[in-house]
Amino acid sequence: MLMTLMKAESSHYSYSVRNSKLILGKNSEFLVLQCFSNFLMKPCLCGIKMVEEGCTLLRRMEICVAEAEKRSGKNAVNMQETFTVYLIETRPMDALNEGRNPAPDSLWRRYSEFELLRNYLIVTYPYIVVPPLPEKRAEFVWHKLSADNMDPDFVERRRVGLENFLLRVASHPVLSNDKILYHFLTEVLAIIFPCFCLFSIRRFMEMKHYSDELQSHTSQLLRARARVADRLYGVYKVHGNYGRVFSEWSAIEKEMGDGLQSAGHHMDAYAASIDDILEEEEHYADQLKEYLFYAEALRAVCRKHELTQFELEMASQDLISKKQQREELATGIVRTFSFKGMTNKLFGQEAPEQREARLKLLEELIAEGEDTVKEKTVECEEHVERAWVDMQRFKEQKDKDLREALINYAVMQISMCKKGIQVWGNAKECFLKM
Amino acid sequence: SSIPTKERTLLNKRVPVLGVFSLVQNTSLADGGPMPNSPSSLVNQYRLEEEEEQPGADAKDFFITVDNPESHVTAIETFIMYRVVTKTTRSEFDSSEYEVRRRYQDFLWLRGRLEESHPTLIVHPLPEKFVMKGMVERFNDGFIETRRKALHRFLNKISEHPVLSYSQHFKVFLTAQELTSHRKQGPGFLSRMGETVRAVANSVRGLRSRPEEFSVMQEYVDHFSTKICSVDKVTQRIIKEQREYLDELRQYGPTYTQWAELEEDLAEPLKGVADCVERCSQETEEQIQQLSEVLVPALHEYVLCAETLKAVMRRRDNIQAEFEAKNEALASRKADQDAEEVDGLAERVEVANTTLKEDWSRWQKAMRTDLRSALISTTEKNVDYYEKVSLAMVCSQ
Repeated sequence: MLMTLMKAESSHYSYSVRNSKLILGKNSEFLVLQCFSNFLMKPCLCGIKMVEEGCTLLRRMEICVAEAEKRSGKNAVNMQETFTVYLIETRPMDALNEGRNPAPDSLWRRYSEFELLRNYLIVTYPYIVVPPLPEKRAEFVWHKLSADNMDPDFVERRRVGLENFLLRVASHPVLSNDKILYHFLTEVLAIIFPCFCLFSIRRFMEMKHYSDELQSHTSQLLRARARVADRLYGVYKVHGNYGRVFSEWSAIEKEMGDGLQSAGHHMDAYAASIDDILEEEEHYADQLKEYLFYAEALRAVCRKHELTQFELEMASQDLISKKQQREELATGIVRTFSFKGMTNKLFGQEAPEQREARLKLLEELIAEGEDTVKEKTVECEEHVERAWVDMQRFKEQKDKDLREALINYAVMQISMCKKGIQVWGNAKECFLKM
Repeated sequence: SSIPTKERTLLNKRVPVLGVFSLVQNTSLADGGPMPNSPSSLVNQYRLEEEEEQPGADAKDFFITVDNPESHVTAIETFIMYRVVTKTTRSEFDSSEYEVRRRYQDFLWLRGRLEESHPTLIVHPLPEKFVMKGMVERFNDGFIETRRKALHRFLNKISEHPVLSYSQHFKVFLTAQELTSHRKQGPGFLSRMGETVRAVANSVRGLRSRPEEFSVMQEYVDHFSTKICSVDKVTQRIIKEQREYLDELRQYGPTYTQWAELEEDLAEPLKGVADCVERCSQETEEQIQQLSEVLVPALHEYVLCAETLKAVMRRRDNIQAEFEAKNEALASRKADQDAEEVDGLAERVEVANTTLKEDWSRWQKAMRTDLRSALISTTEKNVDYYEKVSLAMVCSQ
């Protein structure tokens, strides 16, 4: 393991390495990240875009989250903990296209590292609807499913969710070109992302309203679905009691014995079938959950818009008030109440040289203010334009994905019905033979 | 009043010869119990082939319906009267059609008399007096309907029975405009008390030895009783779970509809799923209905039958015990025991055992038919449910 003491400065943060831990110092909020494998320290290259715009990463590289494993280690407060790490494998597309089958490059990352990557993307591309991560903890649990993060089914679904996240990011026309993303996938490098607090917002009303509604409806749907699943589970499992009772009853009957016994077996099969059926339905729930979380990402874009809008307004107001002050100074007419105006009335006007100096200062400030307003306007417009483009893309993606998910759900239900028809048809045959 | 001795054979083109047993009640006996006249009065054996066709509609000579429940209010009480309409081709009946009004107590009376006259025949049970569990109001519509159906079944079962259908009490029940006068006659409460006391006394003494076949029967009855109760309970539990499932489904569907209002392109598939869930709800409701109206009543009937069977076995045991006691007394020359009386009792045991054996096999067949039919109906309903739901899903795609 190479240990290098590094000190570097960038516009956002500084970092140093001590005892295989990367520690941020100074201004922004900091995170300590621990490396779990051999690493090479390289200066962090943030925000540098690759040259080819519009050609997504996914076309040049095959990405998958292949495995999950349990690890133990010491956390930031030096306590022992168990967590899951996921194996990211990448292979160059051109090698695959040529028919070669090279061994994939791979590295292990845990969920919190994915979170850091996502936060970085949100901050760096505030006008982009950033794909969400799978849930951190199991939500919308119905009683059978474990709420435990270590549950193998949950870990497996999370693995799929993380892979899905990477694929979405790597196929995004803007996000896929990010250098940090590339490093995340390929290099064993400790990456530090500063955390910003985002202000709460005011405008971009339509999208915000939509994102709120989307969130509300999907969460209601998911809750109701979980309750339905719970009840359906109950119905199927109670039929298992028929299996037991019919079997016992068949023991005392002569003519009816065989029929009851076989019918009992079918009831057992029926009761057992619900486990697979509901497990499959969880995948549908996961697809909906993704869009539940997407709603949050959508809202973040709205917030950013509101923030820039707000800043623009502030800058404009500031400019207006400064212009007003200049007018007052120049004409001597006081339109608005001001401290200066009062003191002038009480103690008389100031000397012309002072006025001159103040006017000059004001002119400078006004010039600065005009620049700021111009800047903020451009920022605002750009954000709106880019956000709008990405929102259209998001909308199309959402409609396509969810339509597919709903169709799959219907297919699942049909399959469940077919099983039901079979079981009860068989039971009927048993009873007919009695 | 006494049941007149009858010897008869019923000839029917489709059905083989059935002998009919009768028991003669001789009021001159001190204990008031029934007593056969002599062995020769016993009619030929009662034959019922296993492979015989079920007596179909054309073999039926009774068509009885119970309907039209009406509330009757008097100064003292309020009760329900049911209309009982009988159409019959039997020659003992003066007319071929009768219509009377009966209340639940009348049915209880009828059954009591039938059991009394034929202690080892299996008399179909009546619906219970009241339902404790659900705290159902006596005059709740659902309760009345369930009871009406059960009363209807009861009379039809009696009318199909080769012995009971010839009972004088049955005839009176179906034909007399005023039943109250008939109800007052005959062995009343005290006599029944006496019977119970004897029964208890006999059970204390215990049986010498129960014939093997009846021990087997007893064991079966005990097991059957437990099993049928379990099936009944499981079915009730299923209904409960289905109801809760239905409640959740009804809340689930609207979440899709509400979301659809927010969307454009996605609205159509969302509404599609909402419609499917709605369809599923409707079908589940029908499923619950089938269980409640077909399977549960059938199972419940046989739960009550099991209790009847236990009572029949007890009465048979008592008859045997009584004979054994008197026989012992005769043998030990303790009391002044009448040998003729002992002979009479011996015959009584013979008759009781034979009638029970025959009726037992008849009952078993009926049980198989009834339960089989109810279970098949349930499976058919379930298949139908899945077919309809699956169709709705396919359409929505």
